[in-house]
Amino acid sequence: MIINQFLLLGAALFSIGVYGVLSRRNAVLVLLSVELMLAAVNINMVAFDRLNQDVMAGGQVFALFIIAVAAAEVGIGIAIVLLIFRNRRSANVDELDLMKL
Amino acid sequence: MSSPLAFVAPLILATAEEEGGHAVEHFGDGGVLAEFAWLIPVVPMVAAFAIAFFGKKSPLKGWGLAWGSMAFVAVYGVALFISNLIEGITYEGAISIGDIGTDASGHTLGLEWGWMVDGLSIMMYMVVGVVGVLVFTYAKSYMEGDIRFTWFFASFALFGGGMLVLVSAPNLIQLIVGWELVGVASYLLIGHYWEEHENSSAAIKAFLTNKVADVGLFIGAIIISLSVGSFRFTDIMEHISHGADHSTLAQYSFWAGVAIFIGAMGKSAQFPLHVWLPDAMAGPTPVSALMHAATMVTAGVYLIGRLFPFYNTPGFADDVRWIIIVIGTLTLFLTGLIALVADDIKKVLAYSTLSQLGYMMVAMGAGAYTAALFHLFTHAFFKSLLFLGAGSVIHAVHSNNMSDMGGLRKYMPQTYTTFMIGSLALAGIFPLAGFWSKDEILASIQYAGSNYTVEQGGAALANFVLVVAIAGAFVTAFYMTRAVSLTFFGKYKGHGHPHESPKMMTYPLIALAGFSVVAGWINIPGVTSFFTDGVAARFLAPGDHHATALNYGLAAVGTLAAVGGIVVGYFLWFADKDTQQERDKFRIPVLYPLLEHKYFIDDFYMDGIVRPLRGPVARAVDWFNGHVIDLVINGAGVLSVRLGKIVYWFDQRGVDGAINASAAAAGGTGGMLRLLQTGRIQQYAFLIVAGTVALVAGFIIF
Amino acid sequence: MFFAVTVGDWLGEVENWVFAVLAIAMVYAAIRVVTTKNVVHAALFLVIALGGSAAIFLLLGAEFVAWTVVMVYIGAVIVLFLFGIMITRAPLGYETKLSHPRRVRIGAALASGALFLLIGGAMLDAFGDDPVPAAIDPTRTSDIGQSIFERFVIPFEVVSFVLLAALIGGIVIARQDPTVEEEEVLQ
Repeated sequence: MIINQFLLLGAALFSIGVYGVLSRRNAVLVLLSVELMLAAVNINMVAFDRLNQDVMAGGQVFALFIIAVAAAEVGIGIAIVLLIFRNRRSANVDELDLMKL
Repeated sequence: MSSPLAFVAPLILATAEEEGGHAVEHFGDGGVLAEFAWLIPVVPMVAAFAIAFFGKKSPLKGWGLAWGSMAFVAVYGVALFISNLIEGITYEGAISIGDIGTDASGHTLGLEWGWMVDGLSIMMYMVVGVVGVLVFTYAKSYMEGDIRFTWFFASFALFGGGMLVLVSAPNLIQLIVGWELVGVASYLLIGHYWEEHENSSAAIKAFLTNKVADVGLFIGAIIISLSVGSFRFTDIMEHISHGADHSTLAQYSFWAGVAIFIGAMGKSAQFPLHVWLPDAMAGPTPVSALMHAATMVTAGVYLIGRLFPFYNTPGFADDVRWIIIVIGTLTLFLTGLIALVADDIKKVLAYSTLSQLGYMMVAMGAGAYTAALFHLFTHAFFKSLLFLGAGSVIHAVHSNNMSDMGGLRKYMPQTYTTFMIGSLALAGIFPLAGFWSKDEILASIQYAGSNYTVEQGGAALANFVLVVAIAGAFVTAFYMTRAVSLTFFGKYKGHGHPHESPKMMTYPLIALAGFSVVAGWINIPGVTSFFTDGVAARFLAPGDHHATALNYGLAAVGTLAAVGGIVVGYFLWFADKDTQQERDKFRIPVLYPLLEHKYFIDDFYMDGIVRPLRGPVARAVDWFNGHVIDLVINGAGVLSVRLGKIVYWFDQRGVDGAINASAAAAGGTGGMLRLLQTGRIQQYAFLIVAGTVALVAGFIIF
Repeated sequence: MFFAVTVGDWLGEVENWVFAVLAIAMVYAAIRVVTTKNVVHAALFLVIALGGSAAIFLLLGAEFVAWTVVMVYIGAVIVLFLFGIMITRAPLGYETKLSHPRRVRIGAALASGALFLLIGGAMLDAFGDDPVPAAIDPTRTSDIGQSIFERFVIPFEVVSFVLLAALIGGIVIARQDPTVEEEEVLQ
């Protein structure tokens, strides 16, 4: 196994996630794409951890932290989507252009 | 460390870069106590700024901080004093701030912040600290209710810090910094009651008189440090210790000595630059007690003491000594006489201070380093006691004039007792402090008169000076008897009901009275020599002569003069209490007007120097104003009218056009950029991603 | 130009076969996540992608992380997503308006493709064919626990605080304020 196979896989997943974030209209699907990006980062973290043979397993520990933060992010994200849906009867991102005001 | 950071470094780290710290053999280096002596000037300085910024909000309105910092200095000073008595301390710590260049012979002139811990400075630390903390205690009660209470203590703490910077200075530059700091603090405090024009002009007078003298100090400092190649006292002393034969300093030392002495004359108020000190009594009484009696005015004596080997080594400035003696003698006698006619009790004490400073200078001139400093030491206690006592009286009767006092002995017993002790100490009555120090000065003048040749600095004048000094002792006792009689005896002539001052004010009086009694005992010739040994702890031994046994004949003459003064004063003012006021107005035809007008020196300065200069200068300025400046202004006016017309045309056509065009351009650009701002988050995200990719790719490629 | 090992050598290792299968499945699933027209399918494809990443972690010997991913992501997060989908009443069947129009999608594809080229190129340039000493020595869970509670204890506390804040924040944001009538009923 070489390191780059994991890194390239991570890069591919990350780019696909970016594509999803940019191209999806539905807010829930945008959040799903963000999860994909975070998963890609996790793969890189663990791969580098193995490459460096870190005694403290720092890469893995930070992958765990990322998982925890991602869980928090999903919770808040879904709550926000819910609130928006309740107020606007729609979960489409392109209808949320209030930042222009 | 030649960065600005080096300036604050001492606050953080005591021994960041010590270049000093070397001890002379048979003297100790003082250990940790000396290493951390940099705290002594820093603590009051920090306190001063803290009071100025936060004082009003603190519970004691800043007094607590000021008092605490002085108490710290007092404790530290006493600790150093005691350890100096056990084993002489010579220590010099310094932190380099930067270099200001190289002199002709290749020495680098380094700027340093340092702290000198030797016998001389330790003695001053102790005096400033102990007298300071007592005066600050007193001042809390004295200044109660003053509208600028906090500001007063900020300035007072600034003075404490400045004085300690001056005393702790191991080089001439730092000494000048401290010298000017106390000058500023003095200005602020003399003018504390600036609502009255008289007070603020007294402050200006003090400041300007000192400035005239400071020019001398600067010139002297420049000559000395350029010819030695260093600002440091230790380097200067080492230079002197090599002898005058191959010394560059020796060539200029007469003028350097005179210039430095002029500086000392200003701060120590020597004749004829003494005029500021009596006027400085316009400040609050605690200020007079601490600054204008005990510490600041002794800075000149301290300076001569610091450079004593320079004035005492043959070939250097030893021929300046006759000037010092003459000036000192004039000061001690002439100003003492003025004290006889002053009605303001503080002015009596101010002239008395001048007279005593004259004694110190005479002793320095006669080569008696120890005697001068010993008198400085004892004088600090009894004169601040007298000032604080006078303040207590003024507090009670709400007047400075002795014609409004009288008979206060019954109302203010504690003030009376302590004032009496102070007066006797000042008059030089055995066994109080003043007796020992004045006797030592007389003995050293006598020694100089009988042992020094004309080549040794004209100290042969001393036999004549001795007579004047004994006469001065008589005058001192005389005017103090007058002051005591008019204030505490006779009938009360003021208004209202005087009362004893609160304990906060009487306790410092009692403490200072205690010091006034015992301070002399540490240097009884032939019995104790603590003080002599203490101030002798210097990098270069002062090499002065000091008596090892009491000269009974001279002591008897001195005491006789003092007792004579008291007796004459007693018969003049005390014998018949009811008529003392009338007899105070008794006048001797020629002498009295002369004294009342202070020898016309102030009038001479005013009419002879200030007014003649002021008239022509004012006229010249007026002419310049009327002709040159007005012409320029009128021309400018005409020119600007012409210019205005041109500008108007240009403005209408050129500028307006440009502004309209740029506004249109901005509007157009905004209109285009507006399309970019859609408010859609994903579009922004797209731009961020694309921009990041482009940037990173750019960085990688180029 | 970056690799000294040939494809043949690379395929000689069994783990690499496993990796190749997983990678292809994951990339396929990921693409479906961002392109599918059914919301529920997107969530289910995300399960596949994340499950693949858990398998990759096992391959790398990071067992604890792998099982955490399975439990947290597949067990909890996906369920949360499905709840979100249900509550927002997104259409369950095929729907065309889940994505932006073609013009936007092409722009997004170009940007993310460029990003992939950039990251991939940088990685290839930096690491070439450095080998991973992976499955030889799997990290023990006890080691990770020790590391978290000794070396990384402060970040750990911070993360737990973030989770708490997210919990409270989620409740505050999503909670439906009772209407006036409901309040009257409650009282």
